[in-house]
Amino acid sequence: MAPHADALGLTLVSIEKGRGTMSAPWREEFVGDPETEVIASGVVTALIDHTCGLAINSAMGEMVPIATLDLRIDYLRPAAPRSGVTAEAHAYRLTRTVGFVRAEAWDADRNDLVATAQAAFMLNTRAQPLKG
Amino acid sequence: MDEAATQSLDAFLQRAPYVRFLGMRVELAGDEMTAILPFSRHLIGNPMLPALHGGAIGAFLELTALAQLAVADPGRRMPKTIDITVEYLRSGRAQDTYARAILRKVGRRVANVQVEAWQDSRAQPIAGLTGHFLMRNEG
Repeated sequence: MAPHADALGLTLVSIEKGRGTMSAPWREEFVGDPETEVIASGVVTALIDHTCGLAINSAMGEMVPIATLDLRIDYLRPAAPRSGVTAEAHAYRLTRTVGFVRAEAWDADRNDLVATAQAAFMLNTRAQPLKG
Repeated sequence: MDEAATQSLDAFLQRAPYVRFLGMRVELAGDEMTAILPFSRHLIGNPMLPALHGGAIGAFLELTALAQLAVADPGRRMPKTIDITVEYLRSGRAQDTYARAILRKVGRRVANVQVEAWQDSRAQPIAGLTGHFLMRNEG
């Protein structure tokens, strides 16, 4: 597991071909605004980014090195105070070099979203490392 | 560096537990702010390269935007993030990362902010962010 995913306590909820679901727990240290005790949007960002990567790996059927190209997140509403967040990502199109993913995140109810996201990933980055 | 202003801004940011979790801090020179994300093992996404986690970089960029908004209007409640678009340009290596934000427009209700992060050279950014933030006017 990636150390950052570990530090955030991310857990795998489910995985199937092209789809993955993961959860981030609420913890005191993840609070963004101390007045509300709501989980920071940065945690949601990391959860979504990670879950998108999981969806791509499951779509490809193997763990290949990938790199996020671009990630767009709409924060529809804050999560409930002291509540963790779950994200589901769908890798809906893979080319030889690029994977396209959509993701949704919610706190309690799958039909009451806190965030939606759209991302593109470079695939097989070992062959073409992102160098400066 | 403006010591007193830096300390007061940093104190404001460190009130957020998540800022402390990432280990992020800021430095101010007048109204020019540089955010710093010191390297730490818990920020790694790919241990093989090793490379920083894209999510950690995105979160750092977003917090840099919020910090720059706090510089522009100290004392206001932290704005709420409406949306962000993060562009990843280079892999974030296992070293310190810096970021600066430009307030493209600060309206009464919405602020448009751009942020860029770099490591060795500012001319070779590792990631950029464009974001919209909801300003919270009290009362």
